[in-house]
Amino acid sequence: MENNIAVSMKHITKAFGTKVVANKDVSMDIRKGEILALLGENGSGKTTLMNMLSGIYHQDSGQIFVGGQEVHITSPKDAYDLGIGMIHQHFKLVDVLTATENVALGMDKKKAKNNRVIAKAIEDICSKYGFDVDPKKKVYNMTVSQKQTLEIVKTLYRGANILILDEPTAVLTPQETDKLFAVLRNMKADGKSIIIITHKLHEVLAISDRVSILRKGEYIGTVQTSEATVQSLTEMMVGQKVELDIERPEIEDKQLRLSVEHLTCLDKYGVTALDDVSFDAYGGEILGIAGISGSGQKQLLESIAGLQEAQPGSSIIYFNPETGEKEQIIGKNVTQIKKMGVALSFVPEDRLGMGLVGTMGMTDNMMLRSYKRGHSIFADRKAPRDLANKVKDELEVMTPSIQTPVRRLSGGNVQKVLVGREIASEPTVLMAAYAVRGLDINTSYTIYHLLNEEKKKGTAVIYVGEDLDVLLALCDRIAVLCDGKLNGIVDGRTVTKEEVGELMTHLKETEVTADDGSNA
Amino acid sequence: MVGFISLFQQAVVFGTIIMFGAVGEIITEKSGNLNLGVPGIMYLGGISSLIGVFFYENSTDNPSKLVCALIAILCAFLAAALGGLIFSFLTITLRANQNVTGLTLTIFGSGVANFFGGSLNQLSGGVGQLRVPATSDAFRTQLPGLSSIGGAVGKMFFQYGWLAYVAIVVAILAQVFLSKSRAGLNLRAVGENPATADAAGINVTLYKYLATCIGAGISGLGGLYYVMDFTQGKWANDGTVESLGWLAVALVIFTTWRPKNAIWGSYLFGILYWVYMYIVGISRASQELFKMLPYVVTIIVLIFISLRKKRENQPPEALGLSYFREDR
Repeated sequence: MENNIAVSMKHITKAFGTKVVANKDVSMDIRKGEILALLGENGSGKTTLMNMLSGIYHQDSGQIFVGGQEVHITSPKDAYDLGIGMIHQHFKLVDVLTATENVALGMDKKKAKNNRVIAKAIEDICSKYGFDVDPKKKVYNMTVSQKQTLEIVKTLYRGANILILDEPTAVLTPQETDKLFAVLRNMKADGKSIIIITHKLHEVLAISDRVSILRKGEYIGTVQTSEATVQSLTEMMVGQKVELDIERPEIEDKQLRLSVEHLTCLDKYGVTALDDVSFDAYGGEILGIAGISGSGQKQLLESIAGLQEAQPGSSIIYFNPETGEKEQIIGKNVTQIKKMGVALSFVPEDRLGMGLVGTMGMTDNMMLRSYKRGHSIFADRKAPRDLANKVKDELEVMTPSIQTPVRRLSGGNVQKVLVGREIASEPTVLMAAYAVRGLDINTSYTIYHLLNEEKKKGTAVIYVGEDLDVLLALCDRIAVLCDGKLNGIVDGRTVTKEEVGELMTHLKETEVTADDGSNA
Repeated sequence: MVGFISLFQQAVVFGTIIMFGAVGEIITEKSGNLNLGVPGIMYLGGISSLIGVFFYENSTDNPSKLVCALIAILCAFLAAALGGLIFSFLTITLRANQNVTGLTLTIFGSGVANFFGGSLNQLSGGVGQLRVPATSDAFRTQLPGLSSIGGAVGKMFFQYGWLAYVAIVVAILAQVFLSKSRAGLNLRAVGENPATADAAGINVTLYKYLATCIGAGISGLGGLYYVMDFTQGKWANDGTVESLGWLAVALVIFTTWRPKNAIWGSYLFGILYWVYMYIVGISRASQELFKMLPYVVTIIVLIFISLRKKRENQPPEALGLSYFREDR
């Protein structure tokens, strides 16, 4: 049994600064030829722990054994030499280089081969495990899935026997996820050890042999996947029973708030991203937007927010609840829309890019929404500071202080700051894109609760989500986008997951040829 | 035609200075370090070579040209690389802001150079009295054989001091290094995405240090060429080196970070810079306007690049950012 262990970590502790202990006395084993899922809430120290295996961080105390030998991994190169490769959430690829050049990066002089040999080796690895990589393609021309594949190929080329994947499915469509899992099973059959960091429980159950659970930096335990259930894993993960049902209050008095008609938009490359989309959004309901990522969700939200130019013939009418007037949103910029009294809140997909300023603290980020309210040339920090404190307390934002730059917070906490701020502005229309992406279960429920509170207040909530289970449990209606077209609006209470899934992947319109072209 | 030939000759001499400066800076910037201390570094290179050979020539009655050239090159390269080392230590190890550090280095370099330049002038008995004849001769030696080629071609291409040809060789070597060699590939990765390079097992700190110091050393040769060939071993506190240094920085952008483009780009800058001398009947004030041409062309190139949206023409992605592995 002993020699079946690929990597053994004993009493690992790692702290950032004096306050944040990311890992506390963690001991766990990874066996040869198994897929181990590392499960834990946000900030439970999964990534930090794995970063110590891959040489990004070094543990403060504790030992790591690889193949029975104690090792000191002080750099990613050490990790590679030991056969440990990690596929990070943010891909470690150089955009302007080709696939081959990326694979060749940092190779030892001894092993250095010319690009043709490497390209050949890439193709060999691809055919062995069932990947699909074009060695000559530049990374910036690749899709997310292709980049991920290249990352895995790169790691394999360097002789990795232990692969660590940090939330690999977060950016993939269901089909791409299936493909990835098939490849992982091939690699497992080949004797590789695979650690997959995730918090999607159904994936844990689908792919892993064993599950190790971390909670708040501490090791909780390891179970056989075959003996685990969603309930048991969730309990180990959060340490308390989590209400799995999302509430869905029925609001009687729904008011028409937004009427989108024939909305057509181009993306930045001039390709039609949104094609003749029409729907209504009502105050007092949550309208879900489902679709494979890149089906036009971004353009849809951004045109309502006044950030995206629409093609002629498009119309978005806003029904002002106070005056009862109808107002056209198309053609107006953000400031003009705000002046009209349209209280839009937008939780964008790219949080630190569009939502928050990473180097500013919570208070200053709160001010971004309210700076126009000031009357003197001096900034009034009191109200935003109070708001920041309120958001911090109510949403349990983990931050040393409200002055700490939000860039330093973990992804989930950044999200809480953003959502908290948007809701505080008391919008009449609230749009949230992937509001729970990367959040742990507890925080996700907090967010769902907040959205429901908004709904009860009569806000029209538009929720773009990727988790179908959540969409089905949370939304009153679900508009399904497929390749930029609206492929149907369904009732969230009665529709089945399969029906939505099919709407997402198959255009039901008669245009068969267009359908073929888009899915090719 | 005669006018053009002499314009071209002036442009080559002028261009060689900024070609050294730009090629060095390209190597530095490919590592992600935006060293705006190029003018200061060229100052350091120029003055150090002058100090070195001044004392050598004054210590012997019959200075050897070869030793003169070696001392000058060594002093220029090492002093400039030292400037790069200061920049590296501040920005890589201490993670100081690169823009501020670079600008400070420019001020530092020009201060040091003009301070010691003044001392040299005093030692040799006043401004304009400074002479390093043997070294100046050594650097004005032309290519044997080729320099005897007559006619327009000979005048345009083969009648320069040998350092002008070294500049072209250095630019070609830098181009081959960056686009063909494994170390060049690693260096580009460091400048594009240091976290990726780090994860791939590349020693980011070492690459940044080496690229910045060697790049600075090459830039420093521009100062050497200016002092030894362009002004023929004299020192004047007129700030010319500084304006040349900024032109070198502009040239880096003009070349879209490709050393091979620096070869013709530097001569083009030279032509644009001197063309006012050959336009009849312009006033002194308009001359100054004409000297602006290289910068105008750089801006046009920038606009053109941004319109074409080609990723390969963009600056290294991590240019100007410091890297810290455990940064989150």
